[in-house]
Parts: sequence; C-alpha cells; structure tokens
Amino acid sequence: MLSVRNLIDTTSLTADDITQILDTARGFAEVNSRAVKKVPALRGRTIVNLFLEPSTRTRSSFELAEKRLSADSLNMGGSTSSVVKGESLADTIQTISAMNVDMFVVRARLAGSPQLVARSTDARVINAGDGKHQHPTQALLDLFTIRENFGRLDGLKVAIVGDLLHSRVLGSLAPALRTMGAEVVLVGPPTFQVADPTWFGCEQTDDIDSVLSEVDVMYMLRVQLERMEGAAIPSSREYNRLYGLNARRAALMRPDAIVCHPGPINRGMEIMPEVADSHRSRILDQVNAGVAVRMAAMYLLLGGEDHGMSD
Amino acid sequence: MACLIRGARLVDPQVGLDDVADVLVDGGRLARIGSGLEAPEACEVVEGAGRVLVPGLVDMHVHFRDPGFEYKETILTGSRAAAKGGFTDVATMPNTDPVCDTGTGVRYQIDRARAAGLVRVHPVGALTRGERGEQLAEIGDMVLEGAAAFSDDGHGVQNAGMMRTCMEYVSKFDRAVIAHCEVEALSGNGVVNEGRASTSLGMFGWPALAEELEVWRDIQLSRLTGCALHVAHISTARSLSYVREAKEEGLPVTCEVCPHHLFLTEDDIDDSYDTNLKMNPPLRTAADAAALREGIADGSIDCLVTDHAPHAAHEKDCEFEIAYFGIVGLETSLPLMLTNLVRTGAMGWDRLVECMAVAPRRVLRLDPVRLEEGAVADLTLVDPDRPVTVTRDWLESRSKNTPWLGAELTGCATDVFLAGERTLADGVVRGGSETSERGFPLV
Repeated sequence: MLSVRNLIDTTSLTADDITQILDTARGFAEVNSRAVKKVPALRGRTIVNLFLEPSTRTRSSFELAEKRLSADSLNMGGSTSSVVKGESLADTIQTISAMNVDMFVVRARLAGSPQLVARSTDARVINAGDGKHQHPTQALLDLFTIRENFGRLDGLKVAIVGDLLHSRVLGSLAPALRTMGAEVVLVGPPTFQVADPTWFGCEQTDDIDSVLSEVDVMYMLRVQLERMEGAAIPSSREYNRLYGLNARRAALMRPDAIVCHPGPINRGMEIMPEVADSHRSRILDQVNAGVAVRMAAMYLLLGGEDHGMSD
Repeated sequence: MACLIRGARLVDPQVGLDDVADVLVDGGRLARIGSGLEAPEACEVVEGAGRVLVPGLVDMHVHFRDPGFEYKETILTGSRAAAKGGFTDVATMPNTDPVCDTGTGVRYQIDRARAAGLVRVHPVGALTRGERGEQLAEIGDMVLEGAAAFSDDGHGVQNAGMMRTCMEYVSKFDRAVIAHCEVEALSGNGVVNEGRASTSLGMFGWPALAEELEVWRDIQLSRLTGCALHVAHISTARSLSYVREAKEEGLPVTCEVCPHHLFLTEDDIDDSYDTNLKMNPPLRTAADAAALREGIADGSIDCLVTDHAPHAAHEKDCEFEIAYFGIVGLETSLPLMLTNLVRTGAMGWDRLVECMAVAPRRVLRLDPVRLEEGAVADLTLVDPDRPVTVTRDWLESRSKNTPWLGAELTGCATDVFLAGERTLADGVVRGGSETSERGFPLV
C-alpha cells in the first residue's frame, strides 16, 4: 500500500511508494504488450477525468489506462465545464462526488487545484498537472523509463534543461529523482531559472555544455513558445543555438547516456530531429510507460487487490 | 455616565507615566487621576487590577469596504471589529467603490462612523482620481472634509512623475502621503514571495525588489518635494534599511508594519495552499520577519497597522492564484503583539503604546491623546493575561479571512472608552447604532 491517499505531488512520496508504483507498472506494461490489453482490476469503479486545461497526450494516456483497468470513466472539462460557467471548483467537485465516484484525475491551470479537489471529496485524487506546480505521473513515467534503461536510479546524474521557472514537470521530477538517490542539475538561461534551486537540493547553471559529459540523462523540457512574449528569451533561433540539443552536443554525451523529453517536442527548438530520433532518445518509451504507470497509480490508490492482474 | 477605573497600571510614554493609579472618566474627559479615588454616585466601576490602561489604540491602515463592497464589511461592522480589538480610531483606505477621491466620499465615511458611534473613522483620500495614477484627485477638497492622509493604497503610483506631482501637491496641506510601494512591472502576476515559496509552490513570485525599488524612489521624492512620506506595510529588511537611512538624514519619512509580516513567513505557506496566507505584499523570508520584529521593537518602524482586508468566504475558498489578497486583522492585532513580543520581553509597554497609539496619531495629524487630567478620555484597558481563542464567533468583522482562526493567544483589550463612552465592556462591544438617524440600516 502507498503511504499517501492521493497522488498530488512527488514531494510526499517515499522511496518505497515510488518503487511500489514502478514495480506495479512493470506488470501493467506486460499487460499492455498483450493482444488483449485489458484486466478487470478496477471493474465497477468510476473515475472522472476533470481536465480544466487543454490536454491531448496526458488525457489520452489516462483514458487508455482507465479502459485497460476496466474502470468506467467520465470526461469533463474544456468549454463544457461548469467551472467555465462560474461555479467554484469546490462546488463542481461536490456535485460530481454526490454521484458516487471513486477517483478524480485533475488537470488544472492553477497551482494547488488538486488539493482543493481533495478537500472537497472523499474520492481519491490524482494530479494530472496543476499550473506550474507539479505533474507527478509524468515524473513517475520518467523514472520508470530511466530505471528500465539503467536498471537503477540510485547514483545516476540527470540534467533537466530548459524553461525551469514555468515547469510543473521539473516540480515533480526533481524531488522524485532526489528521493530515489539520483543527482539532479538544472540548466537554463537566467531568465528561465528557478528562484530557489536549494529547495530542490540542486545546482543550477546557465551552461549546457558544461554538463553534457557528466550526466546519464539529458532531460529536455519543452519551451513554450508563448513564454517568449514575456521576452524571457529573444528568439527560438537563439535558444536553439545556445541550449538546443543537437548532434554536436549529443556527441559529447557519455556513450550510454540517454535523452528524454516530456513532449510535445519542438523540433528545431530545444531538440534537433537528429537527436530526437537517435539511439539515445527514449521519448517514445516515456509515452509508452505513461499508460502503465498511470494504471499502476490508479490501481494502488483504489486499493485494487490482485484479482485480474494475473489472468 | 461616569466611570471609575480602579487600580490599573497606567502606561503613557508621552508623559513618562508607568504607575498604578485610579482614573475617573467623566464628561468625556479624564476627570481625575490619583490613588484611592472614590466613585461618585451613578458611576460605573471597572476593576483594573492586573490590567494596563493606555491611550486609545489607533489602526491607521484598514479597509472598511464601504461604500461598494458591503458584503465584505461595512463601516458599522468594521467599527465593531475595531472596538473589539481595542481601537478608538482607524484610518480607512480609499479603494472603495467608488474610490474615495472627493470630499463627498470623505464626508460619507465620517458621517456613517459617527452614526455607528463605536470608533472614529479618519478617511485616507486617494492621491489620484479612481486610484488610476493619471490625474490628481481633489485633495484640497478632501482635506477640508477631514481626510487624514492620502494614498492610492492597493497600488503604487507607477509613474514617478505622477508621484512627484502628488507629493508636491500634498506638501501644501500638512498631510502625509501613504505609499503602497510596488513596481508592478516587477511584481507582475506574483502571488507569493519570489524565492522558496514561488519555487516550491509553482506560482509566480512577487520579488522583494518590487517593493524596495519604490520605497527608495519615494524617499527620493520626499527629499525633492518636502512632502511627508509614510511607507505602508513594509515587508522586507532592505525596505526598512532604506527608511532608517532616510530618518538618519532627517527626511520626513515614517513607516508601518503588519502583524502578519512580523509573525508569519513564506515558509508557512505549504502545499495546502491556504488562501488566508495570500496577502499583498506577500509573506517574506524568516530573515525579513526577524528584521521587522527588531525594527518595530527599536522604533525604526513607527506604527503597527493591520491592513484589515475583509473578503467574503467565496473570494477566499478557491484556488490560491485567483483568491483575493489580504486578511482581517483588527481583532487579532493586539493579542498577537502581546503574545509574541510584549509577553516574551522583546518589546516594552512603552514601545507598544508608541507604535499602536502615539505614532499613528502623529502620522495622521490627529491631536495627541495623553493620560493626564483634562485629556479626552480615549482609553484602552488591556488584560495581558486573558486567554483568547480566535473563533469565527469571536471575530466581529463581517468577514472571517484570517490565518489565525483557531489560534490560542494571550492578552487582549477588555474595555475601550471613546471620548468617555464605553464601547467595549469586558470584551463585549457595547452600543453602536444599527440604523442611521433617518432609519436606514447601517448593517
């Protein structure tokens, strides 16, 4: 059993929690490779996907995970959301909760929204990304991918590169890596750096070239083009020249070092096609792991027993 | 009715007083101070043993939301909160709807407060029309109607040239400009301190520099214009050092601090995202709070204020980033100071009276209130040992947005006399009309 009731951030997870989720995900990864990709583990359970912010990838991944666990799912959000109509989030959650649901999967524009959801319902809550705060299932699928590749997390060194300041991926990934004994270095231009890297227990540098040969994983964050409106960086061209992972930089990496990216990737911006499609890239492995890790998280939080896992 | 306060400790640094004595309040004045005073006929007697009697407290930075936002607070409910907290006088900020930027707005508040009869309200007029920072408000008109100071509180005046014009114009009237210091180009969408809180919580940061830069600017403008400058709700150590330097230079610069910037820090905002910890300026670092506690104790910070900012439940019971800024503070201000500074010995009673009664009157250009015979009987009687549990019912404010709900504090005002009228009697707000002279409800 996990030590937490909800999966809202990785900061609250113990190393044992993370290991349980990753180990359980391995079993589900095997299910996902079968011709019939379905187990009855959460049959009869109702899961609400409340996506208050547009999302295609994460939402698809959660939906597939729910279907493969045989849960009944309900999709809410976008322009049909009552939140858009002026109802408070707490009222929305209480209303849906009154229909006896078992879990909310919440994606929100505002940090702390999943905590607010959790206070308004007895159902379990998974944070599918809250503002600039955290995105724990992304971090867990990243850890799964990295662990599958190296066979361990302890002692690895990971560089997280890009728009650190606005990144919920960083918010979850750095604490989770640290909990599992990996070392993390943050890389980005000064205008993308976090105010207090000591909170993550990390070094922070503006020099990507200084870390290339030292790390096992280059984790490239997506640079959102709208960030340039605030003049945080002058252009995508300059960013690519200074921070983009290209063939020249990839050649400086350790032979067995890998490249990850949470997607969607901006080819030509933070990563060049020759690297994104190279033998170092684990980007599609990450996507693949996403379904299994989300199945594992939902299964463990809803107290699924072993039935269905083995048939 | 006359009232005899028997055997309280009287503290008033203005007259060098710290002694146990009896006080007879009669005809709205301190009729007698002495020992063994006899109660005249038909006279209330208040046992003051173990309590401290001080000049009536003043909170020179509150928001009463009236007119325009009466669902948060009215002049009557705000007055009840003030009396409960031990105050005889408050200064109300002008960001009502409409903004208090004419003499009419000033007169409205004063008249409403008189009708309520619990506390004197000294309106702070807007510096610029609508607090838009573009055009001078009718400052002279407001002075003539009783405005005590001028401020665009809620915003800094962003344009330095406009602020210069405001301060030059106000310098004619012997009133202070109260400056909410915030360079909005730097604070942007910030909702918490830039640093630990913004990083750990994933929200935009409101950097210390956004305040400090404008504190520095306005000090320079005070030198240029000769206008008295009072820096509102100071929140960082460096802002305080700028004010200290200005005072050493002899500039007419004063400042104030709120209890939440003394006793809470950004580290108190955890992943429960408690919106009662969202204020403007935001909670800062532990080092900032320590520097501010030192500043209020040593007198570098002149005034203790609450920035009493009532908001309705639905404006706080939501996501942190869209919640309103601010907390209520009138009722908890004195208990917090007693619990955290006076009872611990970090601050003496003289200093407490200075920052909560004497200095605010000076900044607002009000007549001093001294504990001497013949003075106006504006008095606060404090029980430094009385336990206080902060509950929704204990709060008189219409809004209950405070991070101290549930807190156990020690010490509070038990009685308040406003020109001899007992507005707080053993912790219970007394009197106060709920209707105007013409029968309209004030609630």
